[in-house]
This record gives sequence, structure tokens and C-alpha cells, in this order.
Amino acid sequence: MGQITLNGVTKRFGDVEVIPPLDLRVEDGEFVVFVGPSGCGKSTLLRLIAGLEDTSDGRIVIDGKDATALSPAQRGLAMVFQSYALYPHMSVRKNIAFPLKMAGLPKEEQDRKIEAAAKVLNLTNYLDRRPGQLSGGQRQRVAIGRAIVREPSAFLFDEPLSNLDAALRVGMRMEISELHEKLKTTMIYVTHDQVEAMTMADKIVVLNAGRIEQVGSPLELYRAPRNTFVAGFIGSPKMNLITGPEASRFNAHTFGIRPEHIRVDPTAGDWRGTVGVSEHLGSDTFFHVHDTGLAPSLTVRAGGEIAIGHGDTVFLTPEPDKIHRFDQNGLRI
Amino acid sequence: MARAVTTQAKAFNTAAAWAVALLIAFPILWTILTSFKPEPQAVANPPIWFGFDWTLKNYYDVQNQRNYFGYFLNSVIIAVGSTALGLLIAVPAAWSMAFVPGRKTRDLLMWMLSTKMMPGVAVLVPIYLVFIRLGLLDTRIGLVVVIMLINLPIIVWMLYTYFKEIPGEILEAARMDGAGLWNEILYVLTPMAIPGIASTVLLNIILAWNEAFWTIILTTTDAAPLTKFISGFSSPQGLFYAKLSAASTMAIAPILIMGWFSQKQLVRGLTFGAVK
Repeated sequence: MGQITLNGVTKRFGDVEVIPPLDLRVEDGEFVVFVGPSGCGKSTLLRLIAGLEDTSDGRIVIDGKDATALSPAQRGLAMVFQSYALYPHMSVRKNIAFPLKMAGLPKEEQDRKIEAAAKVLNLTNYLDRRPGQLSGGQRQRVAIGRAIVREPSAFLFDEPLSNLDAALRVGMRMEISELHEKLKTTMIYVTHDQVEAMTMADKIVVLNAGRIEQVGSPLELYRAPRNTFVAGFIGSPKMNLITGPEASRFNAHTFGIRPEHIRVDPTAGDWRGTVGVSEHLGSDTFFHVHDTGLAPSLTVRAGGEIAIGHGDTVFLTPEPDKIHRFDQNGLRI
Repeated sequence: MARAVTTQAKAFNTAAAWAVALLIAFPILWTILTSFKPEPQAVANPPIWFGFDWTLKNYYDVQNQRNYFGYFLNSVIIAVGSTALGLLIAVPAAWSMAFVPGRKTRDLLMWMLSTKMMPGVAVLVPIYLVFIRLGLLDTRIGLVVVIMLINLPIIVWMLYTYFKEIPGEILEAARMDGAGLWNEILYVLTPMAIPGIASTVLLNIILAWNEAFWTIILTTTDAAPLTKFISGFSSPQGLFYAKLSAASTMAIAPILIMGWFSQKQLVRGLTFGAVK
């Protein structure tokens, strides 16, 4: 079990309200990602759920029980921190054993669980090392090991991959996803990286200034962002948002078109512009097109090997059914 | 060329370091030398450096006049006792200031430190009166308490600084793992702060050992530590420099030896956190 419900949860630091009253329901076994720019309150929200911060108002219900006033340990949740937060003076084995020791489990049972966790996480050969002797990825696995031996009702991850290098990050992303498949336990994952959010989540919660902007599956958010904030945040590179006369042509205050939904042609199209920076990734090429009269710069995705470069004139044509329209309040029409 | 300059600079630095070290250690070295001189040669002018008649007579005389070990025992009890009692109070205090600071924590710390700037004489009369009322004059327990109070700000400050270096997330992880406050301090905080705690203990023992003002004023015989032992040899009937030096040497020897063996720990503790 691992169903978490937030009812009007509010957090104030002094006079500053960092999280206005917020409602959210996380279903059992779901992989939920909180995503948003830094300072949007996503980590604070996670810490409220963990019990590391007290709520100023509202209720947190875990598996039908009011957990608002419970201590972190009593909530039955496990957390993986950004800095790993391993105990540096203990071996890997003792690190993983710590929550079991605190729970007063007999030694044999502790050993059995540690061995099992170490096997799942490929840590068997490192059990007697100290955290300082491990690489970043291994440390992260120890942190996860310490979390899974408790058999929590939900895992909380606070930007667990941001200290890893890019290649390792992709690998660990897959490992965490596989772990979720295997354990089927509820996971709440905080990140500012929308790629992590898109690839891992069953459900994404987009946060901005402590408020929930939209909740939905990755593709729902991609296809039908509820407002310009979500539109700009989900998708990489960012959606082009255009205001002005061209927007009126689509009966909108603002319209959005994703880089991958614009056709590039050297000879003819709706909008004319000049290529500025072009980023060749091999599989794709991203052009930043200037002087279109629509926005300072439009980002466009084209095929990998295309003979257009800096300073060339290009014509752009949006796919008509992929245009997102927003009113003057930024809400989707 | 550059290499020659470097060697010269190194030699100069080494010489300078030795000069400073000798300057600092000179009073102690001179005291130790004097303690082996016969009384007339101890006050000779010009001073005799090494060509005197070496003797252990001063040490015999000192031990015959007063029982060194009684004073030594009191010094140990006061130094260790005040340190232990101080830790008992300072660890929770530093923990709360480092990890659950309030709005006034900073002010509180500054205020605690500011009490160290007050001359002891300023509170001499009230403390003396309190000691009389409570019957604490010339008792070990009284001395332990007063020396502990004098050094408490330093213990709290040092521990606070070391605790501050420990990432809060590790303690939060312990809380998530089901550790209560006591287990958190016992299994996570204390082991991680051991180098800091060790150097705090060492420094505090040294400070307590050397504390002279309060120990001399508040004791007569029963609780008198080595500071009193030394002062007993500077009498108005005439100064006996050689005996005084012998007494001083006996008083500082234990703490010098302890400091010598623990200097690695002391230096590591005092620079702990300076370089990450």
C-alpha cells in the first residue's frame, strides 16, 4: 500500500507562503514526478510529505491514516537525498542495516535483507567499503538500498541524480524505473529536469511558485498543456510561444508551436527567417531562426543531416493541427 | 636560479620558524633549566646557561614540603571532571544551536562568548559569597562546577562549529530511518564529530589544568590543585626561584606530555572544517 493524499496542505516560513493550500492524490504504486523550476517548492512539498517539515495547515493522509502529526519514521516512507546522505563512518553494510537496526530487527533477518538488497543493486562486492571509497553511482545505489530494505509504503526521491554525470544519470534513470517495475511501490520523485520527468513518470505534477499548474501523464502534458507555463516547461527544446498579430490569425492571444512541429524549407513556407545558431546533434539539428517578425528567436527541429547553416534564409511552416492556443491569461483555449 | 632562490627562501623560513618556536618555548625551557640549579646560581647575574652545578635537590625539597600527588590528583579531578560535565551540557546545547537554530541563536552564541571577555575579578565577590553560603569553598565539586562554567562558552562554540560542518541531510536521513533523537546523537552525530569532540576535550583539559585565578582563590588545602602547589612556593619570606621552578616543572609536566602525544589530534581538531 502507498496511497498518499494531500488536503489543503500549506507551508509558510514566517510571513512567506511558499506553498499555498494544495490538494493532490497519489495512487498506490504510481510513479509521480514533481517537476518545476528551482525555488518552485517541489522539494519543500516532498519534505512535507516525508515529515521533515511541519505543515502550516492542511492534512496529509497516508494509506487512509492521518499522518500530519506523525514523525518521519512513523510515516513508513523512505527517502533518497540529493547528496545521498550516507553515514560516512559506517560501511555500506552498516549503512543499509541502519534502518533495520533502528527497527530492532534480529541480526539474521537484517543480514538476509541486506544481502537481498545488495544483490538487486549490484553492491554485493562493496558491502565492506566505506561510502568515501565508492563512486557517485555506487553511493546513490547504497542510498537506494538503505531505502528499499525498510520496505516502505512509498519512496521519496529528492533530485537523486543531479550530482551524477550525464552518462551515469541516464543509467541510473533506467535503474530506478526498473526498480519501480519490480517493486510496484509508490514513488514520488522530485526533479527540475523535465527529461527525467517525461521518461520516468506515470504522472507528472508541474509546480510553479508552490502552486500545481497541471497534473497528468507525460503525453497529456505534452499534447495539451493547460497554460503557457506548462507549455514552456514540458518538452525539449522549449515550445515557441508567439504573441501579436500572427497569434490573432489563430484567434488566440498567444499561440505555441513545438520545434518538432515546424517544417523547414529553403525555398517556400509561411514564415521567412535567418538561421542564427544551429546545433547539430547527429540525429537531429536544432536551428535558432531570427528575423521572423514573430519572436526574437524561433527554435526549429530538422533532420540530422541538412545542408542549411548560419546566415541562410529559411522558410518555416507550422503543422496546423499541432498549434496550441492560449488566451490573455495564458490559459489553453 | 629560481631553484636556488627557493632553497634560500626555505632555509630562511625554517630558521624563522625555529626562532619563533624558541621564543615561545623559552620561558618553559628556562624554568626547567632553573629547576636543576642550586638556589644561588638560579638568581646569578649574569645568568648561567648550562655551566651550573646540576642538582635534583629542589625536587626533593619541594616534595618534602608538600605532597605533590595530592595536588596532582586534584588537578586531574578538576580538569577531567569539569570537561566531562561541560560536554554533558554542551553537546545538547551545540546540537540544538547547530541543527534547530532559533531567531536568537546567533545572539545567544555571541552573548556566551562575550562572558569570556569579562575579567574574572568582576564576579569574584558574588561567587565567593555563593561558595561560602553553599559550603563549596575548598571542595573539588565546587571547583569542577566553577571551572566548567568558565570554559563552557568555549566548549559550546567549538562543538557548535564542528556540528555545523555535518550536513543536515545526514541527520534527516537518520530520522527517516527511524532514529529518535538519542539514537541520532549516539550513532550518527557523535561518531561523525569525534575529531572535533576530541580536540575540544583536549583543549578544555589544558585550559582547566592551567586555570590559576579561581583555583588559587577558592581553595586552601583539600581541593587545591597544582596551581596552588606552585603559588605556595612564592612566599613573602623570600623568593626561592629554583624551588619555584621545580614546582612549576612538576605542575606543567603532565599536561606538556599529554599535549605532546595528542598534538596530531589537537591540530587536526583545531583545523577541522577549514579545508574540505
